[in-house]
Amino acid sequence: MTAMQRARPVVEVDGVTLQYKTARHVVTATYRVDFQVLQGDRFVLLGPSGCGKSTLLKAVGGYLTPTEGEIRVQGRKVDQPGPDRMMVFQEFDQLLPWRTVKQNVMFPLVASGKLSMRDAEEKALHCIAKVNLAQFADSLPHMLSGGMKQRVAIARGMAMEPDVLLMDEPFAALDALTRRKMQDELLQLWDDTHFTVLFVTHSIAEAIKIGTRILLLSPHPGQVKAELDSLPREAASAELEQLERRIHGLLFSEQATERENAHEH
Amino acid sequence: MNTDISLARPEVLRDPVQGTSFGVVEKPLSAFERLYNLGFLRKTLILLALALLWEVYGRWLDNSLLFPTFGDTVRALARNVADGTLPQRAWTSLQVLLAGYVAGILLAALLTVVAISSRAGTDFLETLTSMFNPLPAIALLPLALLWFGLGNASVVFVLVHSVLWAVALNTHSGFLSVSNTLRMVGRNYGLRGLRYVWLILIPAAFPSILTGLKIGWAFAWRTLIAAELVFGVSAGSGGVGWFIYENKNQLEIANVFAGLLTVILIGLFVENVVFSSIERRTVRRWGMQH
Repeated sequence: MTAMQRARPVVEVDGVTLQYKTARHVVTATYRVDFQVLQGDRFVLLGPSGCGKSTLLKAVGGYLTPTEGEIRVQGRKVDQPGPDRMMVFQEFDQLLPWRTVKQNVMFPLVASGKLSMRDAEEKALHCIAKVNLAQFADSLPHMLSGGMKQRVAIARGMAMEPDVLLMDEPFAALDALTRRKMQDELLQLWDDTHFTVLFVTHSIAEAIKIGTRILLLSPHPGQVKAELDSLPREAASAELEQLERRIHGLLFSEQATERENAHEH
Repeated sequence: MNTDISLARPEVLRDPVQGTSFGVVEKPLSAFERLYNLGFLRKTLILLALALLWEVYGRWLDNSLLFPTFGDTVRALARNVADGTLPQRAWTSLQVLLAGYVAGILLAALLTVVAISSRAGTDFLETLTSMFNPLPAIALLPLALLWFGLGNASVVFVLVHSVLWAVALNTHSGFLSVSNTLRMVGRNYGLRGLRYVWLILIPAAFPSILTGLKIGWAFAWRTLIAAELVFGVSAGSGGVGWFIYENKNQLEIANVFAGLLTVILIGLFVENVVFSSIERRTVRRWGMQH
């Protein structure tokens, strides 16, 4: 049964070319990218800056229209932003400063007409408790630390039970200790509900830790370089290191590393 | 160079001291510091100092026709308040003022919604604002009198003109400075059109909108008093401006000062009670302004 569920793609990206206009140029951000995110995947888009991974995520979010190709979520073509694809942004100012933590989590539930006020409140409190912020439910965002704000944003995304949760480098602006803690918490949350998540990062270590499947993109313009399985969480550190080195090699200097390896053996 | 200096040091490991054994962690502020933190107390002190200065200068000059003392002015104010003249004049002024202010704000809201929904709308607002904002509202009064006749309609027209551009300009620049992340969040929720403006843009731009409302209020007051000074009587009952003008003609200078003081007092009340409580409940509470 679970095997059949997993086989259903939630997000389908077919030959997507994304271009955006600056004042003088048309810039191609990604060129004919294909991938499929399955139900329950923790799918990571990984690449150096300039590989269009964030642009790609925004296109899935519906903020950009592909110049070529098509993006489908649950079989429906994406043409505008919507609450079936909740976003978690990198910036700390993504919470509405005039609403408390609880109201921030409730707002999309009520605004999209998904739940009544009372059900939304119950759901919001449940999700806030899951990210360990129960005692801050009535605080305003400016009273919270960066990590706490990101937790609220994650709670807000999860409360909506979207088809896919889109995360745009959500931990990049955090300090290293908080970041590691947040990664562990995200994995714990996933263990509870097995939500589908599409995660953008430029950190190879984070990609391996968070992801079940990793899409590597090469820069200028972004093209698919590889699509790999990540390692299970209990994998030995030697294996992790090996995968990390392999990804590093694929992304940055494939020929060079292969030559080095040849010398070693 | 420093090969003969040893950099080796032993490791240091310590247990933090228990919280109870600290002396002072939190200490209450002294009475003076607490009083000094009260904004209204600081402002009252400033007002008292100004009143004292006024009284001293008035007595030194000793010319009640040019510059009545603070005491004389307060007595004149009390007299005119007691016999109901000033409250009635102030009420007349405020009614006209509120009509013009509210109409100006509604028009500004309409204009800014048009402005943010399309680029042509933005150009339209920008052009109109740069044309009309520098134009003193009072300069339109002769024309308004011609169009709307001697009456409140003319005054309301110039009031709308004085409020509209300041509020529209500030609201529009507030909308433009809403962070891109918040905009994306709003659209992520599936909000569109007026709901998006009402639920996302207006609260996010509220600091600028509030500034616009304050400036608009001050402009409206000035314009109203000026308009009443130029022509003040409509249906037999003028406002505060007309009260000032009348008393100047009768050389009741203390009354003139009392009229001016009324304008000032209403201004202080609106700024320090109305606007500042709105501020406390909104932008300060939300941490958008400190």
